[in-house]
Amino acid sequence: MSSPKRIRVLVAKPGLDGHDRGAKVVARALRDAGMEVVYTGLRQTPEMIVEAAIQESVHVIGLSILSGAHNALLPRVTELLHKEGADDILVIAGGIIPEDDVPGLKKHGIAEVFGPGTRLSEIVDYIKAHVKL
Amino acid sequence: MSGNDDTEKALKQWEEGTVSKTLTKFPEREPKFETISGVPVKRLYTPLDSGCQDYQRSLGFPGEFPFTRGVQTTMYRGRFWTMRQYSGYGTARETNRRFRFLLEQGQTGLSVAFDLPTQVGYDSDHPMAQGEVGKVGVAINSIADMEVLFDSIPLDKVSTSMTINAPAAVLLAMYIAVAEKQGVQMDKLRGTIQNDILKEYVARGTYIYPPKSSMRLITDTFKFCSEKMPLWNTISISGYHIREAGSTAAQELAFTLANGIAYVEAAVKAGLDIDSFASRLSFFFGSHSDFFEEIAKFRAARRLWAKIMKERFKAKDDESCKMRFHTQTAGCTLTAQQPDNNVVRVTLQALQAVLGGTQSLHTNSRDEALSLPTEQSVQIALRTQQIIAHETGVGDTIDPIAGSYYVESLTDETERRAEEYIQKIDLMGGAIAAIEAGFMQREIQDSAYEYQKRVDARKRIVVGVNMFTEKEDREFDYLRVNPDLEKEQVVQLKRLREKRDHGLWKEAMRSLRVAAQGEVNLMPFIISAVKAFATVGEICGVLRQVWGEYKAPDIM
Repeated sequence: MSSPKRIRVLVAKPGLDGHDRGAKVVARALRDAGMEVVYTGLRQTPEMIVEAAIQESVHVIGLSILSGAHNALLPRVTELLHKEGADDILVIAGGIIPEDDVPGLKKHGIAEVFGPGTRLSEIVDYIKAHVKL
Repeated sequence: MSGNDDTEKALKQWEEGTVSKTLTKFPEREPKFETISGVPVKRLYTPLDSGCQDYQRSLGFPGEFPFTRGVQTTMYRGRFWTMRQYSGYGTARETNRRFRFLLEQGQTGLSVAFDLPTQVGYDSDHPMAQGEVGKVGVAINSIADMEVLFDSIPLDKVSTSMTINAPAAVLLAMYIAVAEKQGVQMDKLRGTIQNDILKEYVARGTYIYPPKSSMRLITDTFKFCSEKMPLWNTISISGYHIREAGSTAAQELAFTLANGIAYVEAAVKAGLDIDSFASRLSFFFGSHSDFFEEIAKFRAARRLWAKIMKERFKAKDDESCKMRFHTQTAGCTLTAQQPDNNVVRVTLQALQAVLGGTQSLHTNSRDEALSLPTEQSVQIALRTQQIIAHETGVGDTIDPIAGSYYVESLTDETERRAEEYIQKIDLMGGAIAAIEAGFMQREIQDSAYEYQKRVDARKRIVVGVNMFTEKEDREFDYLRVNPDLEKEQVVQLKRLREKRDHGLWKEAMRSLRVAAQGEVNLMPFIISAVKAFATVGEICGVLRQVWGEYKAPDIM
């Protein structure tokens, strides 16, 4: 039985990072799994991402980052969501994020971090299990 | 030909007799085999398949048209490929240290990685630069940083490749100015600027300006260098990033060459004679994991480009038809799981590049799926090349894989598939039109998604990821970029802006703006600006104001 409400996801590329293979592949997998997906394109500031998330009324934000700027940019996204009263949006991340940085990001409200080698279905399942509709 | 007839008959007998008998008892691993790019692979290749039928036309001799067997006459018997590790992080001082380490370890050329703000034309204090300074490469704001970067490195002795695209002209100007300070004139400088904006739109993402203005800047560098820098490679037309974004081998080859055609057309349209600049065009490919397909791709690339230059552009000088290229082992094949296995992957991919006749090579470090590489990992990567060069003997004869029925057949097939794509792109109005319509991007994305689905379904095995996995305690020695460097860099920048001769700077910036609004060659103006201590962000900022910024098409 599928939920009457479709899961809406914003896939975003924070910062100047141009590697978007992963973001696009994940976006397509989520779409194929029945979700509605909006992809921001490159070079998004945390402000732009949060604004888009609220405007598009998404349930999930997926942040893809391989540039090493995650500690500076990702907490800023959750901080701004909090300010906007949008804490219920599930925020997940993927890319090249060293294991040591994951606990810090989680403390800042990044629910899960998916590293290289993650199966697409893992991300789909995670979202389905944790999203608040 | 009776020889072929005999072989055909014997092959049929073998298939129907020996093979079918074996298959009933021992079926093959798969119902059908194909390369990683989806090219069908037969059980056996024979003289019936190979492109060797017309040796002179399709293979020829090294250093001679169509260069299938190599662009240099004696290839690695004369000199090994240039061992060139892409590196850069933090400040210019730290990267300078890493460069000197690599040169001491026997590296033979430099390759500069710039940080993302530099690559998209922002200074370290720009709001968009926050958190990115010195992360994926070195932060270079002005000629002052550039001087530190090459401190104690004699620019008349080393060749330097710079992975810089949208602001390539600016970094080249800085390099020229630093060399001048060292007492080296620009006609002696050897090296490469990547300067390939089209693949930025397609796959890599560090574009700034719209295509028309970008192409003007590129043809300006072609023209300037053709007159003043005879040893400089004015562009490195890159398939590497296209492949990393998920393309097949044939797509990598086709889109790279289609972009190459667009650059040549632009330069010819700007009034340059083909033979005045074509020999300084260089290329850059990835070396992915399908061993023979990659070797075939390199050989097909040379032959196809030679034909394009001669037939399409009527190049008279054979030098114009030589495709010289750099290779990097494929970063996207590295796994975060069991990272030491990556040493083996890199070894095989490096060997492919050498068997494919590369002119220079970067070997990835085992830890690059996790972070920037440590010094120790980089050393292993460099040693891998040195072992291939000095211990295996693969460089002692030219193009040793030639004549392999399989590789020759795959060379033909890869070339055929690439040509088909190029024809399609021609019909769309060329590479720029195809990019603006999102064609290349969509094709790559489809291949990337297809590949990931195959890995997820274990139809494509990745050791340590979807097979032979193990529980790992990730204890890895990461290279960490000191976060305080960003602040330090910003302070230095502020000091530079206060200290420089304001009048000189202002005049240089004004002249640059006027030049950008007109049609003159921008290179002399950019050189004057960098000498007046104008920063990358300021120079690119003026051009942004005059030309506007590129907006990527939505292909999702």
